[in-house]
Amino acid sequence: MRFLFKTSYDQDLGLFRDLVQRNWYVALLAGLLVLPRLVPEYVVDLSLVFIYGLCGLSLMVLAGYTGLVSLGHAAFLGVGAYAHVFFTQTLGLPWLAAVALAAALTAAAGVLVGLPALRMTGVYLTIATLAFALIIQEVFARWEHVTGGLKGRAVDKPVVFGVPLGGDVAFYFLCLAVLAGAVWLTANLLRSPTGRAWVAIRDSEIAAQSMGVNLALYKTMAFGYSAALMGVAGALFAHKIGFLAPDIFSVLLSIQLLLMVVVGGLGSLHGALFGAVFVALLPVAISQARDAVPTWIGRIGALLGKGAGDAAFTVTDRFVKQPGLEPGIFGLILVLFILFEPLGIYGRWLKLKLYFSMFPLYKQATFRRQKAYMRSERLR
Amino acid sequence: MSLLVAEGLGINFGGIRALDGVSFAVEPGEVFTIIGPNGAGKTTIFNLISRIYDPHQGRVTFAGEEITRVPPHQIARRGIARTFQNIELFQHATVLQNLLLGRHAHRRTRFAEELLFLPRARRHELAHREAVERVIDFLDLQAHRDSLIANLPYGVRKVVEMGRALCMAPRLLLLDEPSSGLSVEETEDMAFWIQDIRTLLDITVLMVEHDMSLVSAVSDRVLALNYGRAIALGTAREVQEHPDVITAYLGGS
Repeated sequence: MRFLFKTSYDQDLGLFRDLVQRNWYVALLAGLLVLPRLVPEYVVDLSLVFIYGLCGLSLMVLAGYTGLVSLGHAAFLGVGAYAHVFFTQTLGLPWLAAVALAAALTAAAGVLVGLPALRMTGVYLTIATLAFALIIQEVFARWEHVTGGLKGRAVDKPVVFGVPLGGDVAFYFLCLAVLAGAVWLTANLLRSPTGRAWVAIRDSEIAAQSMGVNLALYKTMAFGYSAALMGVAGALFAHKIGFLAPDIFSVLLSIQLLLMVVVGGLGSLHGALFGAVFVALLPVAISQARDAVPTWIGRIGALLGKGAGDAAFTVTDRFVKQPGLEPGIFGLILVLFILFEPLGIYGRWLKLKLYFSMFPLYKQATFRRQKAYMRSERLR
Repeated sequence: MSLLVAEGLGINFGGIRALDGVSFAVEPGEVFTIIGPNGAGKTTIFNLISRIYDPHQGRVTFAGEEITRVPPHQIARRGIARTFQNIELFQHATVLQNLLLGRHAHRRTRFAEELLFLPRARRHELAHREAVERVIDFLDLQAHRDSLIANLPYGVRKVVEMGRALCMAPRLLLLDEPSSGLSVEETEDMAFWIQDIRTLLDITVLMVEHDMSLVSAVSDRVLALNYGRAIALGTAREVQEHPDVITAYLGGS
C-alpha cells in the first residue's frame, strides 16, 4: 500500500493528493486530447458529455455541496442559451463577451430565485424552483422578439476571436477547455472558506450560523454561482443543438440534470462528471441497443427453430421501439441507484479502489454506516 | 467591567414562560456555570446569547456593546463561540474541515480571490491551518485529523465540537453540557481542558452542566435556575447547599 508522506500544510491545499494522482489526471487529459481521432463518430456526443459536465458541476455545487435541491436548472440553461444567442446574434457582441454576459445574467436570475428561497427548506425549495422553471419556459414561448417564441430560433456556429469553431472536433475542444476551466474554478472555491461554508450549511445550518456563516449570503452565492455555470453551459448547449425552442428546456431536462448528480454521487466533483458521462451517453447506448438487441434475441431464438427466432425478434423489436422507453430506463436506473448505491458511481468507484488496495482484506461494512445515513438524508 | 451581562432576560414559548427576568454577569477570565433541572431554561439562555431566539424582554451586553438585536452570524465575529447539547458537527466533512470552519469568522479573503485561488487566498488558508493545528495539538486530535465525523465515536465528536469553537479564538466560549454522554475518564479530560482553556488560552467560559463533580471542579461561580428564574448564585458549594436548589432538584414541601 502507498501512504502519503506529508511534510507541509501546503500539500493539503494542492488540487491533487500526490504526484501519482496528478499524473493520472495528466494522462486523462492526454487521452481526451486524442479521443476525437480514436472515435470520430462519437465526437458530437462527447461534446454533450462536457456540456452536461458543466451542468453537473453547477447542480453539484447547489444540491451536492450546499444541500439545496433545485428542479429548475433547465430554466437557467435556457436563460444562458437564449441570452447568449441574443447577445451574439441580435447585438453582435464578440463570443467571449456574450458568454460572460450570459453567465452574469443567469447568475442574476439565480440570485433572484435564491432570495425567496432563503426562507424555504427541503422539498418546498425544490417546488419553488420547479415553479420558476415553468414560468421561465412560458417566458421563452411568449417573448417572441428575443427568443423567437414557439417557432424557435436558429443558432449560428461559434466564432471565438475570429476563429470559427463550428466544426465537430473544434467544438469538442472548446467544450473541453470550458469544462476544465470550470472544474478548476469550482475546485478552488471548494478548498476555500466559501466551499466550507456551503458544506456547513448542508450539514447543519444552526452550527454554520453560530460559527459566523451568513446563511442568506452563502445560499445566495451558491445559487448565483451555480446559475452562472449553468449560463455558460447554456451558451455551449445552444451551439450544440443549433436551434432553440422553449420545449427543450422542460422540467424533464431538469429532472435529467438532477438524475445526473444523484447517479454520479452527491457531494463530489467526480460524481458530477461521472454522472454527465452517464446521462449524456446513455441515450446513445439505448439507441445502439435498439438496433442490436432484437437481432441478438432473434439469433438466440433461432437456436430453437426459425419460427421461434422470428417471433422473438418481432416481440423484442416492438418492445424497444416503444416511445416511452428512454425515460423509463432513466427512471429505473435512478430507483436502482437510490436503493443499492446511494453514493452513486463515485461511491462505487471508491469501493473498487479500496477493494484493490486492501485486497484480500476488503470488508463490505466499511461503507455501511455512511450508506445508512445517506439514505435517510435523501428524505429530508 | 463584566464581559457578558444579561439583564432581565425573558422569553415565552406559547403559553410557557421559559425565562422570566434572569439577570447575571460573567466576569472576564472566569468559568461561570448555569445549572438547573430539565426545562429550567439553561439552553434557552445560550440560544438567546447566540441570537437563535429573540428575547421578549431584557437585553444582553457583550464587552460593553448591546447584542440583543445583532444578526446571529455576527455573534461569532464579536468573539462568542458555542457548542451544542446534541453535537451539531458537519457530518460528511472531515475533522480538519470542521475545525477550519471554526475559522470562518476570521475569513478575510474575497470571493474572486478564492475563485482563482490567488496567492493571498493560499496564504490565508495556511494561516487558518496553523491556527487549527494549534487547537489539534491542544486537544490531542492528531489521530483523527482526516476522519469523517460520521465515523468517529461520540466522545471524540464532543471534543471536535469544542475544538471547532476554540478555532474561532473566541473571547467567550459557551459550552452546552460538555460532559453529557461522556465516560468518567472523558469527563475528567474535559475538566482539565476547561481549566486550560481558561488559564492557558485566556478564554472566559460560560457553561451549562449537570455533572456536579465537573461543575465543582472547574467553576468559579454557579447560577442555579428553576422554571426560568434564577434561584441561587455563588460558588459551587454555596449553590449546592442552598435550600431552594435542593428543593428544586429533590422536591419538598
